[in-house]
Amino acid sequence: MTDTAPRSLVQDGLAFERPLRELELKIKELRNLATGTHLELSDEIHALEDRLRKQTVEVYAQLSPWERVHVARHADRPLTSDYVQMMLDDFVELHGDRVFGDDRAILTGLATMQGQRFLLVGHRKGKTVKDRLACNFGCAHPEGYRKALQKMRLAEKLKLPIVTFINTPGAYPGIGAEERGQASAIAKSILEMFDLKVPVVCIVIGEGGSGGALGIGIGDRVGMLENSYYSVISPEGCAAILWKSGEKAPEAADALKLTSKDLLRFGLVDKVIEEPVGGAHRDQRATVDRVKAQVLEWLAELSTLPTATLLEQRYEKFRRMGMPLGS
Amino acid sequence: MAWTRFAKKKDMPGGLWIKCESCGAMLFRKEFEQKNRVCGTCGYHFTLPGRERIALTADHGTFVEMWTDLQPVDRLCFNDKVLYSEKLKATQAKTGETEAMIAGTANIKGIPCVLGVMNFAFLGGSMGMVVGEKIARCIEHATEKGLPVVLFACSGGARMHEGAISLMQMAKTCGALAMQNRKGGISISVMTHPTTGGVTASFASACDLLIAEPGALIGFAGPRVIATTIKKELPKGFQRAEFLLEKGQIDRIVPRSQMKDELARLLAYATGRDPVAAYKPQAVAAEPVIEVPPLPLSEEEPEPKSKPKRKKGKQG
Ligand SMILES: [Zn+2]
Repeated sequence: MTDTAPRSLVQDGLAFERPLRELELKIKELRNLATGTHLELSDEIHALEDRLRKQTVEVYAQLSPWERVHVARHADRPLTSDYVQMMLDDFVELHGDRVFGDDRAILTGLATMQGQRFLLVGHRKGKTVKDRLACNFGCAHPEGYRKALQKMRLAEKLKLPIVTFINTPGAYPGIGAEERGQASAIAKSILEMFDLKVPVVCIVIGEGGSGGALGIGIGDRVGMLENSYYSVISPEGCAAILWKSGEKAPEAADALKLTSKDLLRFGLVDKVIEEPVGGAHRDQRATVDRVKAQVLEWLAELSTLPTATLLEQRYEKFRRMGMPLGS
Repeated sequence: MAWTRFAKKKDMPGGLWIKCESCGAMLFRKEFEQKNRVCGTCGYHFTLPGRERIALTADHGTFVEMWTDLQPVDRLCFNDKVLYSEKLKATQAKTGETEAMIAGTANIKGIPCVLGVMNFAFLGGSMGMVVGEKIARCIEHATEKGLPVVLFACSGGARMHEGAISLMQMAKTCGALAMQNRKGGISISVMTHPTTGGVTASFASACDLLIAEPGALIGFAGPRVIATTIKKELPKGFQRAEFLLEKGQIDRIVPRSQMKDELARLLAYATGRDPVAAYKPQAVAAEPVIEVPPLPLSEEEPEPKSKPKRKKGKQG
């Protein structure tokens, strides 16, 4: 973990983190001092910790949507690979779409967690610069969606439920992606997910970037981490089109109503999974544990439903989203 | 059909002439409209207003419009200098339509079907809750009545002003198609200029048969977004119907003048009728002879513009 976020980010949407980081640093220094000099500083440390906790709660309660977008994109926020490492007892990665390639931007594999077996599908962003480039920063190509679908059909055959982790700025906009049918790959994945005869649980763990997110987002239960976002377009893209200026992204983030609370209010997700105080990046362990508990609870709940009911309810759920007047 | 985006932007004073978006030829409006907005010089297919599309596709007097009472709601209280609710009212007043989708039942050369047409004049044909709902109802009604469904796409993508609600219309429309598939129903998607974003990445690409009009811009991400991302110039003809056909993404390209015959033929296959009889060109009433004014001579071969002006709805 880094002690200070890159300056550009701080100037942008993470400025609110600075006083918290400063307090955290001060506490760390005092602790070092205490162990190094055997001075009795626990009162001071406790007081500072208390102040930090209160201030963190306060700051995070008042975050603007644009600031939350930055929390969702935070470099230390747990990624799909972190969940794999911290949550699973076993994971067998399965590669390739059987047609064109193996898109690193979507990870698929057989997983076991507390005796529960399932197929994991998740956007992958990568940790190192090299990784991030290989994963296209979590922007999948058509082969990524085709791989996801091919593995989901396998899960269906194996009678394993499916868990998807959504974390993408959007599907990749490029020449190859269009040539190989980005639109049709996403459309087909959405359509066929309605047909999967096994329970599907989807969790938005970071960025829910439009069609690229929805491409693996049709589930019997859809949850969102508190500081994740789910949107039809990135705030930057929306600002560029409607405000004719990328600098109006904070206004666009506001207008798009893309926070977990908004999505829950509109009935577009089933539940908001609360993050630890100060966001998922402050306590990866606690975040992963909460997601794990939610996934296990939902999978247990869904395992009791007959297949016909499952599929009927899955359609009904999305069928009701955004009902116009007069319907 | 008083209002079209061309009438607004492209008219010469007096409105007698229209400049072709593609080859720049000056077109005599009457003739242009008689050719259903196809350029007589280069064959460029202009965006066809929704009502004109219905008139061109459905047998005369057979179209019964449905679900006209559905009204959009500004759930987000979206405000980009103008309130979305105000924008909706103004657009409704200007277009005389309640939304960007016109749907109902119709006969196409005697074959009954459910017909849904996106209307680009209404906020760029963008898909919000009403469009998504109407498409789902088209598919459900078709399933219920055992009819094929024909959907004409013409859209900049999802409607940003409805946020994630518009995004979920991609799920709603694909879900309806999944249900229809289970019952064995048939769906035909006709992608017209332009079809992009969340519309391409949902029902428009998820139907059983995918047809496109010549030269139509069809894609997921907008060309400008792609060019900015890859910092390169886009190849010639990129994201055009012909490009998609070559890349194996669509079944057929059908010119507007043959669209009805072609649809009837496909519908015949879909409904157990005789395709040969269905395909026979309809007897066309004798066209009045029009004095064709001379067109300006162009020195170059006319070619489709790589980036036509269009309203952008959404990106990846
Ligand atoms: Zn022309």
